[in-house]
Amino acid sequence: MSEHRDVWVFSENYDLMLELLTAGNPLAADRSSKLVAVLIGSEIEEKAHELLKYGADKVLVADYPKLKDFQIEKYLGILTSLTKKNKPEILLIGSTKNGKELASRLATRLETGCTPDCSTITIDERGQLLTKRIVYSGNAVVTATYLKKPQIATIPHRAFEKLEPREREGEITKVEVTVEEPQVELVGTNRMEVANVRIEDARIVVCGGRGIEKKEDFKPLQELAQLLGGQTSNTRPLAEDRKWFTGWVGLSGKKIKPTVYIGCGISGMIQHIAGMRDSQVVVAVNKDPEAAIFEVADYIIVGNLYEIVPAIVEALKKALKN
Amino acid sequence: MPRIIVCLKQAIDVSQLKADPATGKLIMTSVPQKISDFDKNALEEAVRLKEKFGGEILTVTVSVEDAKTSVREALAMGADRGYLITDKALEFSDTLATSIVLAEAVKKVGQCDLILCGEASIDGFSAQVGPRMAELLNIPVITYARKITLENNTVIAERVLEDRYETVKTKTPAIITVTKEINEPRIPSLMSIMKASKKEIIYWTLEDLDIPVNKVGELGSGIKIIDILAPKTERKKIVIEGESPVEVAEKLVKALIQEGVVGR
Repeated sequence: MSEHRDVWVFSENYDLMLELLTAGNPLAADRSSKLVAVLIGSEIEEKAHELLKYGADKVLVADYPKLKDFQIEKYLGILTSLTKKNKPEILLIGSTKNGKELASRLATRLETGCTPDCSTITIDERGQLLTKRIVYSGNAVVTATYLKKPQIATIPHRAFEKLEPREREGEITKVEVTVEEPQVELVGTNRMEVANVRIEDARIVVCGGRGIEKKEDFKPLQELAQLLGGQTSNTRPLAEDRKWFTGWVGLSGKKIKPTVYIGCGISGMIQHIAGMRDSQVVVAVNKDPEAAIFEVADYIIVGNLYEIVPAIVEALKKALKN
Repeated sequence: MPRIIVCLKQAIDVSQLKADPATGKLIMTSVPQKISDFDKNALEEAVRLKEKFGGEILTVTVSVEDAKTSVREALAMGADRGYLITDKALEFSDTLATSIVLAEAVKKVGQCDLILCGEASIDGFSAQVGPRMAELLNIPVITYARKITLENNTVIAERVLEDRYETVKTKTPAIITVTKEINEPRIPSLMSIMKASKKEIIYWTLEDLDIPVNKVGELGSGIKIIDILAPKTERKKIVIEGESPVEVAEKLVKALIQEGVVGR
């Protein structure tokens, strides 16, 4: 018998933590164990109660003024001592960039494995955690299991939806911790220019690629997005090479799964596909009939986006009026 | 003058992958290998630092198969010496085991100021090895850097996060993982390729690093891969055609309304 038990969740991003509770719930049920949330910060008592409503059986709270702002090493030290003491069987961590660094370092301290960016997590017939995630720039799905404990996995934003909150019984335990001094000092922060709605939350995404010649030519795409109540985004070259934007949809950027994805002038590099593969309905407009994006599209339009996109805008206006 | 170690992974060229249409299993034999994309950015950054400050660049590669060609390419790009740890026992090693081998190799290469890695490898994309090595070597780590400034024994870097850039600083020796946007890796000239053939590649085994075999392979790993399959995408692939853009657009809008995804 393993001395490891319970399913733990942690993210420095509170919204993601709520989604982790959804992910952890069936695992805890399957293992007949508790779902435990680790909450770190300052003046967070209210949130601790809220976590119970979103599915936690127990919340471990490290509430100290100097933990107000997330700092990897401070939080890592706390998670290390808590996990060494309590020995969770499964530990789910939110897959932000900082979360992934944190998970890797924690897994090293605990001498165990960590599977990043899991889209599916289940328990196999031996009671072990089974994960699925995309590798090879979106060309493959790898299924993996664990050989050591705790079994650590990181879960990206929107892989799971948070539950409807409801009144539930649960336990809140304040923990005493010693806070490590960070080795890396934060000198300054610059916000990226971001749209009001995070692209991951947009219901409709109109995405532009290298087929768009000038930044101004994004206008019809914006108009289309606006009309649909959605957002625009772009591929990596438009951000990296042409410097028109700061972020992008793709393997190394944002992973989106909107209801409708409309790709305009996008060839469909595998790295981009990895970021939009889970969209519900995919529309692709490209003048090249051989464009790879057509392989992952529901509606294929071979044509000039400079003519097609404004025509879609007009057709929509007409249809929405009726 | 800084001594910089660059960790290079030889990865499969993912753009060349094909799946068996019947089983969905990926055909892994004869897929070409190359230096993982972001590791090349790490090497380029090291070369640029050397051009500015002088010093020395050493590369470390851990690989089940021979990765000589990739190390030669790194030498042609400007590394001074390559260390290649190849051992059959490394098969089935996950990031936990691989990081231990890399960390031991870095220790044996000796004192250094910076260890540079790519933010993640292009195949597995786990982004774990840099942070794991930092823990094993007990030195600071800065992940996702798009800019690095070295001033004596302090390193300042700009990190790219989801919604912000962070400027951070720490003391050397430190590990930094870099993003693609940090630079554009050079393509080595014929002259540098020829010069590189005279540079030294040092081969180590696990025994040379005093690593017991139970620390690597399946025994030393925390993760076991069960299968790797091509992802299933079931798309309709309906080609919308028409006499004019207007006709095409109207057909599309109609289809989207019928799907119930727009117009509500």
